[in-house]
Amino acid sequence: MTEKYFGKAMKRVEDPRFITGAGNYTDDISVLGMVHAAMVRSPYAHATIKSIDSSAALALPGVLAVLVGKDLVDAGINPIPTGWLLPDLKISAHHAIQPHEVNHVGDIVAVVIAESRAIAEDAVAIVEVEYEALECVVLGSAALAEGAVQVHPEAPGNLAFDWAIGDAAAVDAEFAKADRIVKLQLRNHRLVPNAIETRASLAEYRRAGDEYTLHTTSQNPHIHRVMLGAFIMGIPEHKLRIVSPDVGGGFGSKIFQYPEEVICLFAAKRLNKPVKWTARRSEAFISDAQGRDHETVAEAAVMNDGTLLALRVDTIANMGAYLTTFAPAVPTYLYGTLLNGTYKWKAIHAHVRGAYTNTVGVDAYRGAGRPEATYVVERMVSTVALELGLDPVDVRRKNFIQPSEFPYQTPVALVYDSGNYEPALDMALEKLGYKDLRAKQAEMRKAGKYIGIGVSTYVEACGLAPSALVGQLGAQAGQWESALIRVAASGKVEVLTGSHSHGQGHETAFAQVVADELQIPVEDIAIVHGDTARLPHGWGSYGSRSAPVGVSAIKMAANKINDKAKRIAAHLLEAAPEDVVHENGVFHVAGVPEASKSFFDVSLMAHLAHNYPADLEPGLEATHFYDPKNFVYPFGTHLAVVEVDGATGKTKLIRYVCVDDCGPIINPLIVEGQVHGGVAQGMGQALLENAVYDESGNMTSGTYMDYAMPRADDMVQLEIGHTVTPSPHNPLGLKGIGESGTISSTAAVANAVIDALAPFNVRHLDMPFTPEKVWRAMHSAKLAEAADD
Amino acid sequence: MAKVPITLTVNGQTTTKDVEPRTLLVHHLREALYLTGTHVGCDTSQCGACTVHVDGEAVKSCTMFAVQVGGSSVTTIEGIGEIGHLHPLQQGFWEMHGAQCGYCTPGMIMSAADLLQHTPNPSEDQIRHGLEGNFCRCTGYHNIIRAVQHAAQHMSPQRELAQAADD
Repeated sequence: MTEKYFGKAMKRVEDPRFITGAGNYTDDISVLGMVHAAMVRSPYAHATIKSIDSSAALALPGVLAVLVGKDLVDAGINPIPTGWLLPDLKISAHHAIQPHEVNHVGDIVAVVIAESRAIAEDAVAIVEVEYEALECVVLGSAALAEGAVQVHPEAPGNLAFDWAIGDAAAVDAEFAKADRIVKLQLRNHRLVPNAIETRASLAEYRRAGDEYTLHTTSQNPHIHRVMLGAFIMGIPEHKLRIVSPDVGGGFGSKIFQYPEEVICLFAAKRLNKPVKWTARRSEAFISDAQGRDHETVAEAAVMNDGTLLALRVDTIANMGAYLTTFAPAVPTYLYGTLLNGTYKWKAIHAHVRGAYTNTVGVDAYRGAGRPEATYVVERMVSTVALELGLDPVDVRRKNFIQPSEFPYQTPVALVYDSGNYEPALDMALEKLGYKDLRAKQAEMRKAGKYIGIGVSTYVEACGLAPSALVGQLGAQAGQWESALIRVAASGKVEVLTGSHSHGQGHETAFAQVVADELQIPVEDIAIVHGDTARLPHGWGSYGSRSAPVGVSAIKMAANKINDKAKRIAAHLLEAAPEDVVHENGVFHVAGVPEASKSFFDVSLMAHLAHNYPADLEPGLEATHFYDPKNFVYPFGTHLAVVEVDGATGKTKLIRYVCVDDCGPIINPLIVEGQVHGGVAQGMGQALLENAVYDESGNMTSGTYMDYAMPRADDMVQLEIGHTVTPSPHNPLGLKGIGESGTISSTAAVANAVIDALAPFNVRHLDMPFTPEKVWRAMHSAKLAEAADD
Repeated sequence: MAKVPITLTVNGQTTTKDVEPRTLLVHHLREALYLTGTHVGCDTSQCGACTVHVDGEAVKSCTMFAVQVGGSSVTTIEGIGEIGHLHPLQQGFWEMHGAQCGYCTPGMIMSAADLLQHTPNPSEDQIRHGLEGNFCRCTGYHNIIRAVQHAAQHMSPQRELAQAADD
């Protein structure tokens, strides 16, 4: 038998370069004659630009140019478009360099190009921009309030969109029947994605040929090529090459089309020099698209036995100053459609209003809409249990969709393809020792120690998605994926994938799949990604789509290679193709393994074509464009245990158990790594992270001194398990795992904190659970008493 | 800005370069010496991606000017081991899947090397505490902890042998 790679915890093939410092990230690349860009950014959240005087900057030795918004507008550079259109969406032009008005702190008003980065940054400080400051608004609900300052004239009342899903009348009918209505007001606060590699671009222009090459930090180089080439700059796509080399984390933030790529390409042509820009972290905080930022009122109609009847959700989504690439989809189709969770709600209605504010744009951040939905549903179900005096596990179990009920039509459009929720729940409870821990919790409370157990039994929808469907919903993109398998004469294989790896280990996991399919050693396979000059068009990696969509494309391309290889082998064996079998790494006539042809024999003959079927093209190469038939629906149970310190209010995560079902696992090392990181980000939101704006629109948590990201001593070793329920509609049954951890963990940790605070009659607190907030909640009775005295 | 000459021994190689006095050590390493394995992840000395060893001690190379380390010996990720002769920490990060996007990895390895130098057999808590100056956004630190434990296990016998040879 040939070695089977699928399911094996193979060490990653990309790691030798990362552990030796030989990675090749955008800022590591330098070219001869390269000059440097630094951005002049608005210090005001909302202002008109009265004048820009760049004379002092231009007089500085080494400064080559200062470009302003008018330079781009005069050259016919278009604003950056939104890539997802909702009905009656109000769009305000987002120029790479704003010519007249700035709408958030960090909006770009000019760029300095200089011989060194240091000189460019020196010059930024002396570009004199005269602003007329305007009033600003930073909170979504404040922006939609009567009399709020107007951010854009195109969006009266700052309403970017008004969207709803579900049957409102059916919800009303269920509410009329309910024993009890449980209401929660939730703030899902804003986050900054914070990939450790900041964004960077290196633009090159070749005057002979009028061609551009852009190295950039991207999760999806072809999306940039379409947007930059066809929509913004008018560069023919075949004259624009986008290379996304090693990328130091994305988490959604490197999907989008940002201004700086436009500016670098424009300046490269204008100066006829390669132009590099690398964001400082302090720039990243005010220019990378941010995540979450919902204000929600949710009401559940329930029966006293814990039966869930209906859910009504009203959300204000703060969109920031501009609608970035996929922004309109995130709080609508990626949020409202997931409010069903794993339960049998009879009716659901969600109403979402998108608000323009004078803050950085909000778009997809790991999970994108689905963590926000899961937070609403899982907080609600735990609150229902609390109010009814039931165990939160029992309420969940009672309302689960049952295995026999799939495919399951939810009241909010999605059809869940598969699921089996109880085994994952049981495995997680077993791992945690749930019953014993509940008993211990009760004991500890008597001793004045407070631990909390939080439950989240999530489902998510990922693997975006049938192209025709997303088109109907407003996507200005397809969502299929491409694969091209190219076999060399010597039998070595290149796999060109439209998926993009920025930490997910595709070079290993994808090669494992191909090795099994072609029955060749994994060492003979190279996975190629991130270069529009080499790849067929692809849509890139986000929304946990690389395995279910990207690998499905690879599997289908491998089938084509095998079909053709079998015909070549049959010719060499002087047999009919249908009599030839491919096993143990060779082709032979069924029952006659003694006479066989190897993959090498076939590859070589495909290239020589000397002794070859007359009706077959030479070469051994196949392309497949795979359009998924549905989303895929990973699910699982996450259990968080926290301890709160009564004296300080400090909350510490002490255990974390999760059982996820992402279908068949290609590489357990990589899958578990995705879970670890996802959980850390979700836990980070619950306990630590917060993007805070003051009332003037300054981000006051705009550095790593102020924005609390999880550090090593904030985390615990996770206790992980898996169940395996394949997706029924893609060739390998694969589902996604990149976002599950984040989608589920925020709610699990939040539920744990509220559970810990139950003895203090705390029903709900908004995240993040900072020591001060928790301490006040624990002492609120005493504080109220003291105030009365 | 007037440049001044500095002489540095980096990964065993001594070079003299003219640098602007305001050049940070990390930029000198990356841009003058082309040692791009040392990364920059922030501008407030919080992330640790730029960690290198100066005269045997871990420092964040964004907190020092190049001119401050004239005459010193600097070790970067490129100097700690190489393919075929990996440092036990590099091996540990590979075996235990301690790297995902790889961006924090060099700084993480250099910080962990400093930790193991002072604490050869660290507890999990000591590793967590020892690495709290380094951000990772991908791994949740889970496999980084395991990578350091793996390295510690594989370094201890070597140390004991070396110690025995010294005695």
